[in-house]
Amino acid sequence: MNDGLTDLYQEVILDHSRNPRNFGPAEEADRTARGNNPLCGDRVTVFLNLDGDEISDAQFDARGCAISLASASMMTEMIKGKSVAEAKALFEKFHALVTGKNGVGASPDLAELETLSGVKNFPTRIKCATLAWHAMVAALDGADEDVKTE
Amino acid sequence: MAINVIIKPTFDVERVRQDFPILSEEVYGKPLVYFDSGASAQKPRAVIDAISTVYETEYANVHRGVHYLSQKATDAMEAAREIVRAFINARDIREVIFVRGATEGINLVASSWGRQNLSAGDEIILSVMEHHSNIVPWQLIAEQTGAVLKVVPISDDGALDMNAYADLMSDKTKMVAITHVSNALGTITPVEEIIRIAHERGVPVLLDGCQAAPHMVLDMQALDVDFYVFSGHKIYGPSGIGVLYGKSELLEAMPPYHGGGEMIDVVTFEKTTYADLPFKFEAGTPHISGIIGMGAGIEYINGLGLDNIAAHEHDLLEYGTAKLSEINSLKMIGTAPEKAAILSFVLETVHPHDVGTILDREGIAVRTGHHCAQPVMDRYDIAATIRASIGMYNTRKEIDVLVAGLGRVQEIFGQ
Repeated sequence: MNDGLTDLYQEVILDHSRNPRNFGPAEEADRTARGNNPLCGDRVTVFLNLDGDEISDAQFDARGCAISLASASMMTEMIKGKSVAEAKALFEKFHALVTGKNGVGASPDLAELETLSGVKNFPTRIKCATLAWHAMVAALDGADEDVKTE
Repeated sequence: MAINVIIKPTFDVERVRQDFPILSEEVYGKPLVYFDSGASAQKPRAVIDAISTVYETEYANVHRGVHYLSQKATDAMEAAREIVRAFINARDIREVIFVRGATEGINLVASSWGRQNLSAGDEIILSVMEHHSNIVPWQLIAEQTGAVLKVVPISDDGALDMNAYADLMSDKTKMVAITHVSNALGTITPVEEIIRIAHERGVPVLLDGCQAAPHMVLDMQALDVDFYVFSGHKIYGPSGIGVLYGKSELLEAMPPYHGGGEMIDVVTFEKTTYADLPFKFEAGTPHISGIIGMGAGIEYINGLGLDNIAAHEHDLLEYGTAKLSEINSLKMIGTAPEKAAILSFVLETVHPHDVGTILDREGIAVRTGHHCAQPVMDRYDIAATIRASIGMYNTRKEIDVLVAGLGRVQEIFGQ
């Protein structure tokens, strides 16, 4: 039965959601930002350490659905070692992917994030996939206020 | 000798379903299974037709025109007010105020009654399972007046802690605002006892009846409640219209909430005098078709009999609770002995949002989230629940579809 659900809930996504990487509050972080989805009550906090312009460490703490946990987990893996500009550029590409605006063909930069492309068929779930990313960008920008998806 | 044959009305759900056009829609190629009536109920043909008829044959602005159509629209609207009055057994038709919905009704009371009656240190008693619409309006007026909110806790099953309620009641208590039926848990609160205890101290009570009005017979005079609110769209009528009931002596003493047309007696730049009830609280052109549509919704309910509807829904609640409880990783949230129409639950390892998405593809509409009741979610230390809310048109077969859908959830999540 192809109703998009098996694309949405691929094994790699379920694995990340069950065993999120880089998970838990960081004791020390250069940058911290919280994301909040008032629609569903989900919350995520992103902790970043910077070495000059490079993200040397990334962690997150969250309560949320499989999509938001998997997205946050993959994000922390992917942005480690990237420059601030590279991390933001990756979000642009990821955002295009989950909103179905990336045209045809995969971008090699996205790697495992490609598995979240099924989200584009579930418009109500795009915010789940992007919440941690918005928080990451807010942390990089040093924003004080919580990020909201609404 | 005359023989009186009394035919006991029976509730034929399949016939009722025929009255709701949307129920024959398909969702992703599957029959719609609508378990979100607690958020908003679907509309019977009678309501849809009533609204069309207004615009096709009897529409004009109300209460001002001398012309034929204005009088006809006014008559239809005021007939709907009488339908509402009878539906809740209010003593006086002037006690029925049309508002945009329960939210506006609570804001009206909190603002108008609150500004006049609250001062620093006064206390307003709410419960932890209130909808945000029965929390935030009181917070707003508390900020302005220095009044304080006191929160009645619930026990683990979701029943209101009546000992705590009695203990919270003090000389400082000025208002009790509590839900009649919890939208997140389905708990029916012991409103008679709540009102009795408050009235012993002369404290007025506002009940949020959004989740009660579709499911149980209401009697304002027997309850002796001071304010009661509910929304049209949850009683099978249109959205954007609702009812504030208030005792006339309280409403008469309160200042207007909104200023404008229709709520005035005489206006000069020096002084304006206000219209009598109910118009004092109905500034501006009302939602004419909404009012008439809500009246049609109530008449439709009356035709079936609210007792019959309640019995049918209670059967589904019991059947659903039993069926859902058979699922291993499922935990019901809200298991109070007195419940109405709400099946709220969580699965141990699957987030409600993921459950909602998977059920959606099975054609099943449930609500997932905090149900605008974040404090009660915090009480259970959860972010969200899956809520299947029952309407008059739901069936046992649909409960079975829901249970099968939850099976698909477990399959996808590999359990």
